[in-house]
Order: sequence, then structure tokens, then C-alpha cells
Amino acid sequence: METIKIQGTEDTPRIILDADKELLEISGRSLPEDVAAFYEPVLNWLNEYSENPNQKTVFNFKLTYFNTASSKLLLDILMKLEELHEKGNDVLIRWHYPEDDEDMEEAGEEYADIVDVPFEQVAYSN
Amino acid sequence: MDNKKDVKGFLEFVYEFYKSMKAHEITLVYEGEITHQITKAFTSLTESNMEKDDEAGTVQRKVFHVMVECLQNISKHADDFTSNDYLFSGRGIFLVSKNEDEYSVTTGNAVENDRIEELTEMLEKINKMDKEELKQLYKKQMKEGRLSEKGGAGLGFIDIKRKTGKELEYHFLPISDDTSFFLLTSTISRTEI
Repeated sequence: METIKIQGTEDTPRIILDADKELLEISGRSLPEDVAAFYEPVLNWLNEYSENPNQKTVFNFKLTYFNTASSKLLLDILMKLEELHEKGNDVLIRWHYPEDDEDMEEAGEEYADIVDVPFEQVAYSN
Repeated sequence: MDNKKDVKGFLEFVYEFYKSMKAHEITLVYEGEITHQITKAFTSLTESNMEKDDEAGTVQRKVFHVMVECLQNISKHADDFTSNDYLFSGRGIFLVSKNEDEYSVTTGNAVENDRIEELTEMLEKINKMDKEELKQLYKKQMKEGRLSEKGGAGLGFIDIKRKTGKELEYHFLPISDDTSFFLLTSTISRTEI
């Protein structure tokens, strides 16, 4: 399956979607000019991946900032992972947040409330 | 001669303007089209100023959040209008001010009068809500709301109130029979963190 690697910029996150290396990660800042267009390849990739997923899927979110428009697209990604979990696959979301960022921690808790999928919160020091 | 006088008058105005900015502790002011590039430039400028001032990380993050949402409110609602008037092409005024206790982020842009009721209702509703209610509303809107063509998710005001914990202050001033100037101020405390 094709690998997606997008370098991060000051307003878009770094994205790695590599099924072979079992590396699925979105990190950095997210306030793209056109959120829907930016995340479209990610959602398409997940659709394709879901047809033939790895035995275990661990998706890492390590964002330092995202705007409200991005929050909606992040939920779309989480809902794709929820679907995958509902189909009986082993799925884990790891939500990484800077240890001193309560808002980012809370954002993770909120997503965990909305989607029904194993969800792990991981604090890290800057 | 007349021209010289005009120039002098203008330069005097600039000095008054400068003094007025100082008096109101305005650190950034802009009038014009609000684009994504402008949003990036202002947020990074303010960020580096806050870093220089050793502002607490929490305050920096909150100011960044509020600035982005305020600027995007203007840029994303530019097409909500039926009029082609330049007033509505995503233009507006944007101000950041700072005193010992707080940062203020203020935006002003033209709106058609028939949007006043809807905006007022939304802002009043958000202003009355407590933390938990805002959280529920945000989650609901994120699940059920759709992205507008311009990428607005209807979450900006909710997010600002959640991040600042303070009411959004707003005001409508008449421009013409059909249009008004919509002013919105959000404050971020520098001390209560």
C-alpha cells in the first residue's frame, strides 16, 4: 500500500501513514488554509487501509495546536478508526499532549468520549 | 503651499494616531483584507513578541487560539454576503492590545443587517453557557455541524469562550440602512492561569 509522507509546516502538520512500518502519525500544528482539501488524502488512505488493515493499528496524534476547523476533520479521522474497530480490528489511538497543556489534554478526553475506540492519553515533556 | 499644509496636517494626524495607539496600549492594528497569509504573519509576529516578553506558555497558546479564530471568522465569512461591495470581501479591522492584566483581540467587519439577529442570538447563548455546557455544545457541533464551503465549522465563538473563560463582548454600529459594523472583543487574562 502507498505510503503518505507530508512534511510539517508552520500551519500544517507532519503526516506519516506507512502501513508496512506500522507507523501512523499526525504531529505538529494544524491550521491549513483549506482543511478539507488538506485532510482528504488522509481520509482516502484510511479507507483503502481499512480494506486490508494490519493486525494491530496504532494511530498517534501528537499535535501542539489545531484550529476549530481542523478539529472537525480530526473527528472524521477518528470516526474512520472507530469503524475499523467496529469491524472487529485491533485499534488503538494514542493522544500525545505536552504535559503542561491542559487544553490539549482535554481535547483528547473529549474525542475519547465521542468515539468508541480504545484511547490512550500520553503526556510528554517539551 | 496648500500641499505642504496638507502634508503637515497628515503627519500631525499620524502622531495623534500614534499617541492614541500608545494610550490604548495597542500592539498591532490592521485594516484590509484578511487572508490566510495575514493570519500566519500576525500570529507568528505576536507569538515572537510574547516569547520575547517571557509570557507564560498557557497565555501564549490562548492568545494564538483566539487570534486564529477571530481572523478566520472574518476571512471565512467573506462570501456570506449577497452584495459585491468591497466592504464584504473578507475585509476588516484587527487589533491586539495588551496591558498588565490582559490581552485583548478585537475584530471589526461589515455585516448585512439581517445577520445581526442570528449573531446576537448565538453570542448571547454562548455567553450564558458555563464550562460544561460549552463543552457539550462544542462536541455536538463538531459531530453534527458541516464544514461550510470556506471551511468554517461554526465552532469559533464557542472555542474562544472556552479558551478565555470570558464573555465575548460585541457591538453593532450602523453603516447604512442595510449594513452594520460588527465589533467583537475577546480578552485573555495574563494572570489567571
